[in-house]
Amino acid sequence: MPGWQGHLIKIDDYHWEIPQSYKSGMRVPGLVYTSEEMLKSIREEQTLEQVANVAFLPGIVKFSFAMPDIHWGYGFAIGGVAAMDVKDGVISPGGVGYDINCGVRLLRTSLSEAEVKPRIKQLINELFVNIPSGLGSEGKIKASRKEMEQLMLEGARWAVKHGLGSEEDLDATEEGGCIKGADPSKISDKAIKRGMPQAGTLGSGNHFLEVQVVKEIFDPEIASVMGINEVGQILVLIHTGSRGFGHQVCTDHLRVMEEAVSRYGIKLPDRQLACAPIESREGKDYLGAMACAANYAWNNRQCIAHWARESFSRVFGKGPDELGMKQVYDVAHNIAKIEEHTVDGQKVEVCVHRKGATRAFPAGHKDIPERYKKIGQPVLIPGDMGRCSFVAVGTQKAMDETFGSTCHGAGRVLSRGAAKRMLKGSEVVHELEARGITVKAGSIPALAEEASQAYKDVTQVIDVVHKAGISKKVAMAVPLAVIKG
Amino acid sequence: MAVKAYEFIDHTADIGIIAYGADIKQLFINAASALFSLITKPESIKESLRRDLEIVSEDRDSLLVEWLNELIYLFDAEHILFGRFDIETLSCNQLKAACYGESFDPLRHKIKTGVKAATYHMLKVDKVDSGYKAQVIFDI
Repeated sequence: MPGWQGHLIKIDDYHWEIPQSYKSGMRVPGLVYTSEEMLKSIREEQTLEQVANVAFLPGIVKFSFAMPDIHWGYGFAIGGVAAMDVKDGVISPGGVGYDINCGVRLLRTSLSEAEVKPRIKQLINELFVNIPSGLGSEGKIKASRKEMEQLMLEGARWAVKHGLGSEEDLDATEEGGCIKGADPSKISDKAIKRGMPQAGTLGSGNHFLEVQVVKEIFDPEIASVMGINEVGQILVLIHTGSRGFGHQVCTDHLRVMEEAVSRYGIKLPDRQLACAPIESREGKDYLGAMACAANYAWNNRQCIAHWARESFSRVFGKGPDELGMKQVYDVAHNIAKIEEHTVDGQKVEVCVHRKGATRAFPAGHKDIPERYKKIGQPVLIPGDMGRCSFVAVGTQKAMDETFGSTCHGAGRVLSRGAAKRMLKGSEVVHELEARGITVKAGSIPALAEEASQAYKDVTQVIDVVHKAGISKKVAMAVPLAVIKG
Repeated sequence: MAVKAYEFIDHTADIGIIAYGADIKQLFINAASALFSLITKPESIKESLRRDLEIVSEDRDSLLVEWLNELIYLFDAEHILFGRFDIETLSCNQLKAACYGESFDPLRHKIKTGVKAATYHMLKVDKVDSGYKAQVIFDI
């Protein structure tokens, strides 16, 4: 398929506009955060056509946004943000994605690279055994159906109540690890059946757990508030979501919305954009179900973080507190949230769809924990397993421009098929090991799909959001060991 | 000349299939076979159980998506792999099928890809010279 040939207006080095006149039916223009260099790969696919398509959705405010890590998705591109006015706007399950509240959690430690490196093989084996991962993996949590309902209502708190973590973890989690409005009556039996055995599992695909080492600190003052104090410090990054549960919730409600679209007289350029008014029964039902799945995902990361602490304790013979294993933060990358924002000087309530995007609230915002009030909300940007990941913070500029949102990761450049044709999983392992990165995976052939070459360079992504001012970069870490499902 | 039953197409984040069929029934059968050959080696699936499915949908295109989503659900929730499909009735919005397969056995079945959902994105069912052709993108 030829690349996207549409016209873009360059506003400055990092802001590019898709004019509203590009396509009849667009209600707002598109706004793309990218550098000229990254734009080349973005233009290779129809990604920006999808950004333009999202601008068709009723109630969309200001712009259909694209972050620099944007890539082609289904319906909505991955790496997009769209805010809809609650009064007359729509909610779309596709604008959240199948893996509802796929996100990342970062733990810090007081261990150094020198202490961990000699025992890295033992540590990664211990983590691999202790944390259920891989396709069809089933968890150690045996939740009854009734408990499953409680889990949907309570999110990460459910795990904490069962002894897996602390109040302090909840405080360092977006929404306290539990988004309000969860309504288990909007969850199908199928979703429950898929979800129950998979609670507390890492899953497969791009999900991972990484033991990382801090390589560079850009802002020592902000980093120290997060407990990231020096180069060589060990961190743990967990990336997973709502597993088969979220997928079934999305599938179920997309079906409902598919039927609702014509009833509400909504005209869409792509069926996968199916949506319904936020205030409609279908809209409210989806929001109630989405909250259940988001909470399920927060519980998931809470459990996995606990088991990661357990594994470190076993290997280093010290308790998690002694090892300084505190949670830095946990953010959602796929979610829709009702938030208050200021548009043209007026306060408006909007439903912000972040699909492959991160909330990036500034210092002083009421929704961020007390300990981060002075620095802004931590933003966690994982890269691919061969390169690096970043920690950043939200800014006022993000609040003013992007409804408090920023990028979420590297973004794919190669399809899984193309990556597999180009590389062998075993070669990827050797290449990483040669660079001192230990890998443990459920499926070695599938590793090829996740190789560095399949992704954009996350450093370029973070540079764009940093220079555009919608995030401020704080620290960079590289992987020492990786677990892939 | 043997007609191709299905082929795979690349999509950046995910993977897609193009299924062919002399008639709509065969098209639906080939799409289901394509799905399970994404998941594992089709030759490795024995027939030791049968599931009867009935699916009702809004139109033919979404019937195809829902048919595939039902099979994905059965794999993810109940760990059943299907290798043969017998579509008994098929109208523009309803189908009845008998599906034959077996429970996933980690010792014999190597899982290639974890398919999580069939999407409506770029969904196309077309009439072609040899019958029908359908394109479906999966979330994996």
